[in-house]
Amino acid sequence: MTAAFSQEAVKTFLLALADDELMLGHRDSEWTGHAPVLEEDIALSNIAQDELGHSLVWYTLLQQLGGNDPDAMAFERPWKEFTCCRFVTYPKGDFAYTVVRQYLFDEAEQVRLRALAHSSYLPIKEAAAKILREEAYHILHSKSLVERLGDATEESHRRMQAAVDAAFPQALGMFEQIEGEDGLKAAGVFPGNSELQLQWLHQVVPVLSGATLRVPVTEANGSLAVRVAPDTGGRRKDHSEHLRQLVDDLQAVYRIAPGARW
Amino acid sequence: MNSNNIDTAAIWHELAAISDPEIPVLSLVEMKVIRSVELTADGVKVMLSPTFVGCPAMEHMKAEIRARLSDLGIENVIIETSFSPPWSTDMLDDEVKEKLRAFGIAPPPKNDGELVAVLALPVACPFCHSTNTHLESAFGATLCKQIYYCDDCRQSFERFKPI
Repeated sequence: MTAAFSQEAVKTFLLALADDELMLGHRDSEWTGHAPVLEEDIALSNIAQDELGHSLVWYTLLQQLGGNDPDAMAFERPWKEFTCCRFVTYPKGDFAYTVVRQYLFDEAEQVRLRALAHSSYLPIKEAAAKILREEAYHILHSKSLVERLGDATEESHRRMQAAVDAAFPQALGMFEQIEGEDGLKAAGVFPGNSELQLQWLHQVVPVLSGATLRVPVTEANGSLAVRVAPDTGGRRKDHSEHLRQLVDDLQAVYRIAPGARW
Repeated sequence: MNSNNIDTAAIWHELAAISDPEIPVLSLVEMKVIRSVELTADGVKVMLSPTFVGCPAMEHMKAEIRARLSDLGIENVIIETSFSPPWSTDMLDDEVKEKLRAFGIAPPPKNDGELVAVLALPVACPFCHSTNTHLESAFGATLCKQIYYCDDCRQSFERFKPI
């Protein structure tokens, strides 16, 4: 431990991680039974299940710091209390949008989890090392789809480009600052969102460009400058109607009989 | 009942009878999902290590562990989850991998944490042993498996994901 940090800040950080995983997991699960081919149906259903599992890990760490139990966190909270980034709350769109969103999210998970695997906060460090192993399968899959669909046919290119245009500013919202972040940085809990965004840009820009997809990023003297405004607000609980609808759907069954044992 | 007159060997013996709900030929002990057993002042603490953290069978496994320990008269059971070290297929013994293969699931190769490199290696069909196989789907019917196809015996098969 290099410096003291507030437990509140750790809780804020864990909540953002957990809420992101829960919402993207739910959005991915909306493809179950609807994906364009069976293998993708299975893949997205598996990935959804993994992300829900990862949200459970983060909610459990939160509970150990005096938080509510994970089911209550997921199924009893009003939608305005979630701190997920807006990016993961938007409708699943077409398959191209889902692929691009998953890829941009998976790369963010890679840089974040690699950093967290060296966190000074032991429970986060151990959980990150475990989740990182599972995530290897996600990034392999989403990256290969981006590489194949980016310039496969005229239609696939058009759809993938539209997906990147829509998703890129939204994805930047993953790196919105959280309250107490400076303290966590100083204490070595995580390297901070600006640093993670920079590492993320260095991963995604070459891959998207290599797949013939334009990105709103300018490269000058080896540094990358983003030319679009990030779609932020989620970490401050400033959400769009899409999250309200998502949470209604996510909590519908639970609300029929709260606390029921299955 | 006071658990002090029960030794950990008896507990391990009882827990070794619990099969993995998704791979019935293997026990949770062989799978290294049950990591440790510790006697506490008035009961037992069991440490679990999930294969994949989103595995929906975890709750079922916990219930089964409680039921088995209850058969031994142990009611005060604490079950905790550990990620240190993270569960890995490298923890599986060779005879356990052979049981997987005999059950029709291609066993995972040793990965030493180098998953991407290992995923490029040829996979032998568990039925005819040919390595003339290809990946059909990187994801399978459960979180821990993938789907391959054998181009020699023309049979699709599952492979345990190296992790």
